[in-house]
This record gives sequence, C-alpha cells and structure tokens, in this order.
Amino acid sequence: MSTPEIRVGDSDLAELEPAVVQSERRRSEWLMTLSEAWRMGRTKIGVGIFLVIIAIAVVGPWVAPYSPTELVAPPFSAPDIPKLWLGSDYIGRDVLTRVLYGGRTVILLALAATVIGLGVGVTLGLITGYARRWIDETIMRLLDVVLAFPQIVLTLLFVSILGPRLWLIVLIVGISHAPRIARVARAATLEVAQRDFVRAAEAFGIARWKILFNEIMPSITSPLLVEFGLRLTYSIGLIAALSFLGFGMQPPSADWGLMINENRIGIVIQPWPVFVPVLLIGILTIATNLIADGLGRALIGIERDTGVG
Amino acid sequence: MAREAAPAGEREAVLKVHGLRIVLDPSGVDIDDEVSLQIHRGEVLGLVGESASGKTTVGTSLLNYQRRGAKIEAGRIEIDGQDVLSMSTEALRKIRGGAISYVPQDSSASLNPALRIGKQLLEILEIHGFGESQADREARRAEMMAEVLLPSDEQFLRRYPHQLSGGQQQRVAIAMAFANRPRIIVLDEPTTALDVTTQAHVLDTVRDLTRSYGVAALYITHDLAVVANLADRIAVMYAGRLVEVGTRDELFDEGHHPYSRKLLASIPDITGERALRGIRGWAPRPGQRPSGCTFAPRCDWVIDKCRAEYPPVEEVSPGHTVRCWRYKEVGAQAGVFETVELRDKSLSQRAADVREVISVRDVDAYYQHKKTLHDINTSLSERHCLSLVGESGSGKTTLARCIAGLHPHRIVGDIEFNGKRLAREARDRPRATRQAIQYIFQNPYSSLNPRKTIGQILSQPLGVFFDLSRSETEDRMADVLEKVALDASLLSRYPDQLSGGERQRVAIARGLAAEPTVLICDEVTSWLDVSVQAAIIELLASLQRDMGLSMLFVTHNLALVRSISQEVAVMTEGRIVEFGLVDAVLEDPQADYTKKLLSDTPTV
Amino acid sequence: MPPLLKLILIRVGLGLLTLFLVSVVVFAATQALPGDTARAILGKEAADKARYEALRKQLGLDRPIHEQYIEWLGGVVTGDMGDSLVQDEPVTKLLGRRVVNTFTLVFVAAVLSVPISLLLGSLTALKRDTLFDTSITVGSLSLAALPEFVIGIALILFFATQVLKGAMPAVSRVDPGLPIYQQLKLFILPAVTLTLAVAPYILRILRASTIEVLESEYVMMARLKGLPERLVLNRHALPNALAPALQVTALNLAWLAGGVVVVEYLFAFPGIGSLLVDSVANRDMPMVQAICLIIAAVYVLANLTADILTILVSPRLRTGLR
Repeated sequence: MSTPEIRVGDSDLAELEPAVVQSERRRSEWLMTLSEAWRMGRTKIGVGIFLVIIAIAVVGPWVAPYSPTELVAPPFSAPDIPKLWLGSDYIGRDVLTRVLYGGRTVILLALAATVIGLGVGVTLGLITGYARRWIDETIMRLLDVVLAFPQIVLTLLFVSILGPRLWLIVLIVGISHAPRIARVARAATLEVAQRDFVRAAEAFGIARWKILFNEIMPSITSPLLVEFGLRLTYSIGLIAALSFLGFGMQPPSADWGLMINENRIGIVIQPWPVFVPVLLIGILTIATNLIADGLGRALIGIERDTGVG
Repeated sequence: MAREAAPAGEREAVLKVHGLRIVLDPSGVDIDDEVSLQIHRGEVLGLVGESASGKTTVGTSLLNYQRRGAKIEAGRIEIDGQDVLSMSTEALRKIRGGAISYVPQDSSASLNPALRIGKQLLEILEIHGFGESQADREARRAEMMAEVLLPSDEQFLRRYPHQLSGGQQQRVAIAMAFANRPRIIVLDEPTTALDVTTQAHVLDTVRDLTRSYGVAALYITHDLAVVANLADRIAVMYAGRLVEVGTRDELFDEGHHPYSRKLLASIPDITGERALRGIRGWAPRPGQRPSGCTFAPRCDWVIDKCRAEYPPVEEVSPGHTVRCWRYKEVGAQAGVFETVELRDKSLSQRAADVREVISVRDVDAYYQHKKTLHDINTSLSERHCLSLVGESGSGKTTLARCIAGLHPHRIVGDIEFNGKRLAREARDRPRATRQAIQYIFQNPYSSLNPRKTIGQILSQPLGVFFDLSRSETEDRMADVLEKVALDASLLSRYPDQLSGGERQRVAIARGLAAEPTVLICDEVTSWLDVSVQAAIIELLASLQRDMGLSMLFVTHNLALVRSISQEVAVMTEGRIVEFGLVDAVLEDPQADYTKKLLSDTPTV
Repeated sequence: MPPLLKLILIRVGLGLLTLFLVSVVVFAATQALPGDTARAILGKEAADKARYEALRKQLGLDRPIHEQYIEWLGGVVTGDMGDSLVQDEPVTKLLGRRVVNTFTLVFVAAVLSVPISLLLGSLTALKRDTLFDTSITVGSLSLAALPEFVIGIALILFFATQVLKGAMPAVSRVDPGLPIYQQLKLFILPAVTLTLAVAPYILRILRASTIEVLESEYVMMARLKGLPERLVLNRHALPNALAPALQVTALNLAWLAGGVVVVEYLFAFPGIGSLLVDSVANRDMPMVQAICLIIAAVYVLANLTADILTILVSPRLRTGLR
C-alpha cells in the first residue's frame, strides 16, 4: 500500500495528501501483503525450503525402503550405502525410513496447535480491542497470568496431571499461543477501531458483531498472517521439544523429536539418527521464520520487533 | 500594513539558490526542479505551496540535508558566498546551527524527549563555541528565553519537552534557532500545529527577532494568510517549481500567474466582502505530475501550448518573476479581488419565525471522569446553518458528537430532535432519527473503509435505512455522487485511488444517501489544501441551500463561517461564550474571547 | 503520595495480583482437575476404591477445594511446599542446590547475551543495509527460529562428540560436593545454548528501536543544529533507543527460566528444569507445583522490574504526566 514516495518521510510528501494510488490491481489486504512479501528473496528461500520439507514428510512414507518398525540391522550400525543410507537406530531400525516417516506428526500437530492458538487469540483480541473498558481489562489481566508461564512449562504442568496425550499437547500449546496472538490482534483492532469509518458504521446503527467482522476484521488480516508464520515456527519447536522430552509421540512411532531422544545415547558412535532429524527440524523452523519475516517486512516496511514467543 | 519594500538587488543577498533540483532516490523522480531564489539581509521570504509541492524539501536542502530517500541532484546554494553543497562535513557541521538555523514544523517531535530543555538550549551554544565561559552561555540562554517570552528560571529550564505546551515548545525551538545569531533562518510551517491565538504570538516573535537581528528568513507555509503580514516577498510554489516570485504587494495586487490568483481567491475572507472560490482538481504528487505546465489541468487560462511545454521564467518587473505562457494577459486583468465575486449578503440573514430542529439545553458532558462541556445551551434552526467555532480542546467536536450520538460517555441535560429527547448513543435511537441526522467526519483518510469500494461504502446507509432493489440502489448511488459533483465511474474504485478532496465528497455523498434533514460537518476541511477546502465549502453551502438541510458546521477557522452559515456559536474551554447571527457576532463581538479570536485570525 | 511512587505501587500491586492468580492456576491444574494426585500416584491401582479413598484422605483431597488451597498457599508463603512424593523429603530441601545451579546458569547466559546483543543491535542499526547488517540480521533471524535443543545438539555434535571431539563435555553433571567455580566448564555449553537462543530477540528489538530513533525528528534536528555525529548518537539517539529494548530484554531473561527446561534435560544438568521433567514423568505433584511457581514468579518479577525501570528512565512516565 505504501508507495515509495511516502516512505521518504518528507513531511512535504506525506503531509496532507497521501498518494493517490493509480493501479487497479488488488484487493484484499492479505493478498497484497503476500505479493509484496513474495518479492523478497528471503521469502522465496523460506517457501522453497518449506515445500521441500513438506514434500519429504508427505512423499516419504511411499519411497521409504523399509517399514519404520522393521529391525534391519544390529543397533547403531554405521551407514552402509546403498543398503542403509543413514545406518540403524538404537534397536536396529533403518534411520532413513524413520526420517522419511517422522515429519508428518510434528508438522500436523504444529499446524493444529497454531490454528487453535490463532482462533482463540484472534477472537479474544478482537473482543478486547473493540469492547474495551472492563471487559478488556479483565480479559487482558487473565491473559497476563497465562503469559507468566513459559509455554513449555505450562504444557508440562498439564501433562503432569493428565498424562502425555497428543490432544492435550496440541490444545495447551495452542492455548499458550493465544495470549500472545491476542495482544497482536488487540493492538491491531484498537488501531482500526478508533478510525472514523467504524464511528460512521456505529452512527448508522449497525450491529457490533457486524462492525467487528465486516469493518474491522478485513483490516487486520495482514498482521495475523505474520503472526501465523511466527507461531507456526514456535509450534514446531515446542511440539518437537515435547517429543524430545518424552511427552509427545510415544514409541514405537517414527517422529523426529522422539528419534533424537531415543538415539542420544549413541551419538558418539552413530550420530545420524540424531543429526538428521535435528537438521530437518532446524531448517524447517528457519524456513517458516523467513516466511514470517518476509511477511512482516512486507507489512510495515521495516523489520518486525518480535518479542519472545 | 505599511512596510518599506526595498527592491531586490540593492541590498546584499545572504542566500542565493540557483537551479536546485532534488529527486527521489533511487527512482530519480523530481521533487523539486529549477528552484532559484535569493534572500537579503533582514528580509522574510514566504515560500507558499500546497501539499506535495516540495517546499519542505527546499527548506532542509538549504542546510544541505535530505531525508533518507531524497537527494540533491543539481544546483548551487550559497550562504554569504560560501557554497553549502560542496562543503566538508566539518564546515557543514559548523554552519548548521551557526550561520543557518532551522525551525521545524512540529517541535513536540523535534525536541529530545529525554533531555531537559535547559540542557538542550545550552548544547547548541556549547557546540558552536559561544562565549568564553559557561557563565556567558548561561547568560545568553537567559537572554534567548526572554526574547521568546519564556521564563528562564531554573525550575522552568529543568522541565522536559512534554511538560511544555505546544506554543512553549515552538518558542524553545525558535530560541534555539536564534541562539548563535544566524545569518539566515529557515522556518518550516512553525505554526501549523498551533491554535490561532498561539500562532499570532509566535508570528509576532518571529517578526520581532528577524527585524532586530537583521536575519534573513525563509518562511515555509501552506497558508498564504499567515505570511501576508509577515513576509516582504513571497515565492509561490506549485508541483516542485516556483511559479511566481515577487514582493508581497506585487503578488497580492497584481499576481501574474493564474495559480497565485486562484490561491488568493480560495483563502476564506473574514470580512465577508468576497465569495470563496476553490480550484478544481488537486495538486499532483511527485511522479504523477503532468508534462508541460503542471498547473494546466486546473487552469482556466489553459491553451494547447501549456500542455506541451513548461513555460520559461519571465520577468514582469525587476525582482518579480513568473512562469506562465499567458502571464501578460493574466496580469492585465485588473486587481485580483475584482475577478472574484462579492459574497451574497442574504446568506447571513436568518429567516423570521423558524422552527428549532435540534435543541441543546443545559448540557454537561464528561470524558471518563473529566467534565468537558459545561452548561451548553444552543439550537439549530430548520434550513439554517450554525457554525460552531473554537480552538482545539474547546469542546466543539464533543458537542457535535453528543448530538450525533457518538459520545459514549456521561451526558447530563437534554438534547432534543424535533422536540423529542435523543438517546445518548446512536444505536439506541430509532432508525428514523439515525437516518435524519448525518455526521461527516473530519478526516476523509480515516472515515472511508480502505478495504471497500466507493460503491460498497455508499450502499451501507442505503442498506440500513431503505429497502431497495439492486437497480434502485445503483440509481441512488449515481444520484448522490452527482450531487457532490463526482462521476459515477468512481463506484468501483477504492478510497486510496481518490484524492483527499474526492474522498471528502464521497463521505458527504454517504451522508446524503441517507436522505437526512440534519447534516453535522465536523472540521470537514481541516485535512485539505486551501484550494480544495474552498471547493468543498462551496459545495456544502449550495447543498444546504438547495436541499433545505439544517447544518451544524464545526470549524476552528473563524474566517470560514461567513462563507457558509447564518448563525455562529463561539466555544472555548467547554462553554459557549457567544451565540448569534454571523454578521452581528463578527462585526460587533461581545465576548472577550471572540474579540481575541477575531484579532488573531490572519487576514489577507 | 508523590505520583511517581503511586505509579510504582500500582505496578507492584498488579504484579502481586498476577502472582496470586498464577498460584491459583498452578493449584487448580494439579489438584482440582479430575485426574487428581491420588490417582496419579496410584496409577492402575486407583481402581481399588478403598486404597484410593484412603490416600485421598491422607493427602487432604477430600476437604473442600478452597480450604485445600488456603492451606497450600499458607505453606507456600512460609516456605513449606510439602514433601516430594518420589523422594520422601521436603520439596524445598530437594530444590535448594538445584535452584542455585539453575540461577548460576541463567546468570551466565544473561551476562553473555545482553552486552553482545545490545552492541550488535545498535551497530547493525547504524550500519543499516550494509553486508555486516544483512549477515547479522539473517543470522539472528535464523537463530531466533531454532528450538533450543536444536542449537544445543548442534553444539554438542561440534564441540563434544564429532568435529572437535572432547573439547567440551557433552553432559554437565555438576557435582553437588564441589563448589561451582571449580566446575565452570560444565556451564559453558548450556549457557552458550541459552545465549544463542535468547540474544537474537534482544538484538532485533534494539536494532529496530535504534532505527526508529535515528529517523526521528529530534535526531534530524540534532544534526541540523550542527552536532558532531558522535554526540548525535551518544546523547540523542542511543539513550532513547534503549528504553523500548528494556522490556524485551527483561522478558527474554525471564524466558530463560523456561528455556532451561529443555537445555538442562539435554545436558543432564542438575537444575530445576531437568528436575521438572523428571517430576512430570514421575508425577511428583508437589515438586511440579513448586517448580512451576518459581518459574512463573521469576517471569512476573522480571516483568515488574522492567516496568519500574522503564518508568525511571522515561521522563514522560517518571514525571507522572501521562
């Protein structure tokens, strides 16, 4: 939306009359942000890596040479090309096969957690940003309490009583995102809600929920898009970390986080079942963060100051 | 006002600018081009231009400073014969704040928020090595404060910028600019953010200081009225070029450029002698300027040649230059004001025995726990226009919003519409009432949803208030667009494809679409250029007359009220201090505040 | 009351309120949820109704929930957090040495990360869009994305097991019998992991706030007044850029208290983080409650400290005119 002329910051150029946009293309804000972000090299790299890893996770099980639970060699066998590309794990299963199978869970669970967090967070943010007064105060105070727990600690707190269940982990990781997303959504809503077109709709007597969804919502989709990318990055890290701690996917599942935990003891003699999942999780998070950053830059022109997730 | 208009050339020129060209970097689109001017010792040159004319960019370039994204591409700038553009970094540092100083538009943002003002004032003396000792500098600081009429006691100097009023902040900035007795001073719209009464004081200070120090000054402004009583000479800028330069009298009495003349006619006239006339269209931004003469699309004198080629600099008389192919014919027209119509005097008369549409009785209003309106009593008569005048913080917008049902805080007292008490919030009022009272917002960049087309925006009131078929809706939309002189082809556009003036017309059309009887206009021109403002006022006045609307016109500009309203209420500090017929109030004000406001409002 | 004091007292009050609510959450999550402590201890044996009820009575779980909470909170305030269900000893006693270890680790990480990130943050802003800036920015962006265990394992692979074999210990089993300063080597890899995880955030906020300040009107004005660039930066730009970074720095340091969980587990470091993982696995509720409370309290206190510091360094807030 902002033309180069405005970015100059010259009060002459920005003072009274912002630029008249001549082009006809558009129009929803998030589409514009996407196309603007796509013009940046980092976004393209991020999307490229992301697609490769998704492809591994989706196609992997079809091209895997063995079954993920099949014992094919003695424990911690070194790589033996072309039979065992990455060697075997702590009980003798094929590492390559388990790598090819192990991406689905972390990606799907992270996506689910992010969607839950976004749904809850955006709803709370819209309500607090538009309702204000005591509703706003109360909800934000309660969200502060959730914020006081690091996400991993909050999840462990609930796992300690309800046990390591996948639905619980997805739910708590999602809920632990919610206050952070709600803050962003609230700030964006506050900014839009004080604009006069919202006053105009109120003066016509249009219902509050219609104003919220028809007038305000379309203007805050871009920051939410950025938030989605950012929270997906953290979800991947959290879900993988929980598996790594032994509270996520349970044996004998093939899962990158779990593989790291199971094979740590053999890291000196057979590093591959640790190294490859770590590498894949690492570049996956870098990819999603690059995308989030590209979107963020597209959104405000300068880099986003991300606080702690 | 009498002044000795010393002819240019006789006195020494402190500043010489020649062929200055400033472009956007890296696109190379020109912001300013072919700017040449001179300022002499003790002379104030007013640089007047609308938004995006490139005037601020010229101002900072005199200190060889450009913001990120702009650069000086060609030209020569000399201060006392020294070329500013080719100076070493160290020499430039010494001259900035020394021989040439700068007063910014917004002092609240230009003073360091974390440093006490006393320290900031001392700093500029220290770095330029003023005096022999700290005591010298402190003495000079006290002197400076006295010159700008601020206290210089320790307690005041220990304040932070946010603890000062807007006027005080601007005075501190002016004190800094004069600190090292500069040769030339650049003032970049230093009063734009201030109320008229504060503005009048600041202008007095600037005038006194330039006189007593013999400092040359470049006074940049969008408001011709502000420099009318301050500048010795005036340079009119349009789309990055100087279109006319001359003494104040030459410009005001015998302007040779159509734009200079039109600009003058679009300045609201507080005396009520002449009508307000806008200029069609709007000032183009860098990169969107037409080829040939950039003013051609808005000019009444335009010929084919204008569209083909930019006119050269012509000298009307020594020191009076103009850039127009037809400057001789333009100049041959007698006095500028004779080309504009006199005002229709009947405008300001109130019909006898009219009915009150809106009555406000004993109203107090609060913002959170603070009382912002005190004991308001006023009324709006049917088919009349009432102007509500006041400075920022006077409560005029609060009152307008209370009437419109947009003040979601405590209100005590009675607001009636056709004799029936109004609910506090619009959403609690009956549909017929919400339809009858329409509100036009101040800022057209904020009042139209940027995600919706003009068609979607206009159909909003139609959908809420009427049960229409698709084709009826479209007919109504085309109809209201025609009323505000816009083309129906705009329906598929988005707000950011429209100029500010066009947007405000759309906002008015949205209000009209509800077929109201009462129209509340809240500072509807304060975001617009003067030439566009005049056109909007013309439009509103004719709509009010032709459609028989009752209108509440809220403004901070007393000069506007004669052009549009029959009655006026003057507000300050949450109270109405004067209420009556426009002519009566302006010609024989009773309240002290009204008198002050009248005397402080700049006139041409 | 002076406005400044009032402002600070309000913040302190809100902090205490949050702490109170935190304790309610911890208590509710561990003692009021359907799968209660008794069930957790007994596991499959909970099917034995009589044993289950007896244990509930023994633990006081049969009393009204608010009574249980008040008694529990009273214990927390007086330093009695109950006995560990796994090791029959008071929670506070078991925690003692581990709290010291963890705080030492967090302290080392903070001392490493804050100066480095503040320096790099302002430098990248000053050298904006140069190769230096771009490489640091992209590097910090990537590091910010990486989960702590990924950074930690990469460090282990590099410094301990594969590339530089044995340069650093792969596990950090701090010996409780020896003083910490004799075993500092064991702190290096975990501390560097935490540093790399947290520094990018501080760096990026400082870069952003410095850039914003550099483009402010008052920095432009300082240049137009003829100030030497050195003074423009040191007096006008950088002090104003630090205030917004303060909050984020404090939040990130508080985040370290949670970040230690995974890092300590990875390095087998005897701190409260690894103890939390063990306690969750063993369903040692009193221990889980205590550790969660400590970590949340650290966050609330760090936040409160940042709030108060921000008030003290911003004239606009300090002078009470808001």
